[in-house]
Amino acid sequence: MSSLAVRKAAPAAGTTPGTAQGPPLRRRIALIPTITLLLGAVYTLLPVAWVVIASTKSGSELFSTFTFLPGTGLMGNLKDLNAYRDGVYWKWMGNSALYAGLGALLSTGVSAFSGYALATYRFKGREAIFNVLLAGVLMPPIILAIPQYLLMAKAGLTDSYLSVLLPQILSPYGVYLSRVYAAAAVPADVVEAGRMDGASEWRIFTRIAMPMMIPGMVTVFLFQFVAVWNNFLLPYIMLSDDEKFPITLGLFTLLQQGNSQPALYTLVITGAFLAVLPLIALFLVIQRFWSLDLLSGAVKS
Amino acid sequence: MPNTKRARLVASTIAIALGATALAACGSSDDSKADSGPVNLTFWSWAPGMDKVVDLWNKGPGKKDQITVTFKKQASGDTLVTKILTAHKAKTGPDLVQAEYQALPTLVSNGAVADISKEIGDAKSKFADGVWGQVTLGTDAVYAVPQDIGPLMFYYRADLFKKYGLTVPTTWDQFAETARALKKKAPDVDLTTFSANDAGLFAGLAQQAGAKWWTTSGNKWKVGINDAATQKVAKFWGGLVKEGAIDNQPMYTPAWNKALDTGKQIAWVSAVWAPGVLTTAAPSAKGKWAMAPLPQWSANEDVTGSWGGSSTAVTTDSKHQAAAAKFAAWLNTNGDALDTMAKEGGIYPASTSAQLSGAFSNPPAYFSNQADFYTKAAEIAKTTAASAWGPNVNVAYTTFNDAFGTAAKNKSDFVTALNTMQDTTLADMKKQGFEVSQ
Repeated sequence: MSSLAVRKAAPAAGTTPGTAQGPPLRRRIALIPTITLLLGAVYTLLPVAWVVIASTKSGSELFSTFTFLPGTGLMGNLKDLNAYRDGVYWKWMGNSALYAGLGALLSTGVSAFSGYALATYRFKGREAIFNVLLAGVLMPPIILAIPQYLLMAKAGLTDSYLSVLLPQILSPYGVYLSRVYAAAAVPADVVEAGRMDGASEWRIFTRIAMPMMIPGMVTVFLFQFVAVWNNFLLPYIMLSDDEKFPITLGLFTLLQQGNSQPALYTLVITGAFLAVLPLIALFLVIQRFWSLDLLSGAVKS
Repeated sequence: MPNTKRARLVASTIAIALGATALAACGSSDDSKADSGPVNLTFWSWAPGMDKVVDLWNKGPGKKDQITVTFKKQASGDTLVTKILTAHKAKTGPDLVQAEYQALPTLVSNGAVADISKEIGDAKSKFADGVWGQVTLGTDAVYAVPQDIGPLMFYYRADLFKKYGLTVPTTWDQFAETARALKKKAPDVDLTTFSANDAGLFAGLAQQAGAKWWTTSGNKWKVGINDAATQKVAKFWGGLVKEGAIDNQPMYTPAWNKALDTGKQIAWVSAVWAPGVLTTAAPSAKGKWAMAPLPQWSANEDVTGSWGGSSTAVTTDSKHQAAAAKFAAWLNTNGDALDTMAKEGGIYPASTSAQLSGAFSNPPAYFSNQADFYTKAAEIAKTTAASAWGPNVNVAYTTFNDAFGTAAKNKSDFVTALNTMQDTTLADMKKQGFEVSQ
């Protein structure tokens, strides 16, 4: 799921070849990158196509019919998924939306604040803080899950919505990206001009810097949204009540039913297919903010 | 069973993060006070339909005793063990957990599950001795109440056996002959496969041959994964794979499902829960499969191993251990509870009286042609050999997947792979701080 950005970019990049060369040469040069990118697209899209097609197959068709032949069971699968434990799937979907949506929004906010502060203000220990953050970028979040669980247990917050939301609000990568972006997109002169005109620091941030940082923040939001949506280990450790599970965890329980019962493959596949749809929709909707990048980046200094 | 790469990754990640945990420190529950007033218990389990059984309790005996149980559905497997241990570290574990038999020693040595021998009354009489041994770990303590078991059996396509003129093997020698005979008649059909993804099955087969992988004397562990019995089993299957008499591809893959469904593989050594798996793996062969006892090492023996099965344990974190033990005993000995579990979750009960009652009076739908399926199953279940699990079964299993995976693929020596398994498991025990005798 997280490779969507690459996938979306692939065909677009393939159609914009180099400009300096003459027509015949250009065609020959563009061929190899185009083929490479097409191969890349096939490589990443094939599993998605498999999921889409497999989700239309009923249990008896899943392993017996040709892999890329659509089946007849989509409606049945959806009905079964809807009926499973009184529609707990939709609850998982809602939970995922909450964790990813609210979590990414809060995380983006924190990243924007701190990134802007690190980029515009000079204060003691700024580089030290930034270096610690950089170390945080290198630290895989998986390592932190257990210590975070033990901390949450001390606070009595395990098995709650907060236990999954809180640890994901501070994203070192988001702060890092925000700082780099703020440094590039918000010229010091503009901030200085705001001060000259008597605007408060808060007003400068919200009215002048923030609009300039929007494209970068959209990126941070998307990264964080996808990261939380796909996150498995943190909610796995934190939650034990399956009514609070996000979709990743819910589907995992469908797969691991113990050995007296077979894994519910059709439900898992259909569930996984439905779970990708919101991500695709989000990318399509938010894509336009990226093109804004080209327009709003041009602040003369 | 289907064990995703991710599950394994998660398990090992958590295991690493938790750090090696030290010596056997058995949890004792002597301090559990007599409960009075309403009690709320949480129960982690993966069994499908367990919510309905818990409802039965909450409306019936639970209401009377003011013990309310909240069921929280989990994903099964090694990952759950590590999750329980993590929760135990933070003292936030649930009151009751479902635990596979081979996971119990790990939970006990980490002090996560409590000794409930004083609270469960006469529950012992409802179970076969071999099964009960799995929850006592050979001590006077009782660490769980057995829930379901998975005695090994031999499943085969009755119609195709007839077509190829094969008889059902009763010894492993006959089994090998059958595989060879089939190869001669139909070179593109395999009798079965040796799957290097399912250590549980191999453990069960070794158990049938008399292997004892983990034993204790005093406070020292002994690891005997490459003992004579297991070597015999490894040589047998390795030989069949090497000469090409059987397939060497893993089970529980789409390709395997297809092979079963289309009759490219016509037999499966599996446990009593196989009908559930066959229903989805080979839907078009319904009614064509039949079940027979597992082939024996010598004609005058009658013994089987087991694959899977689980129990209900009370945690040391529980503040109401007596109440929790009461529920665990009811859950696994009450007729209605077991009947519901069998119908909703397809489990095969460990309780001997439940094996022939209610839900088990008729054969599973997939085996509608074999009316005495469950009568036969109950007889086979009685012959289950005692198992001997240790505190790092997960390490042994992971090594099995790696070493035997390579051996099966290259058709190389299985005994070498077995020795790797022994050495790695032994080294891990030492690293964890267990006292091990050579």
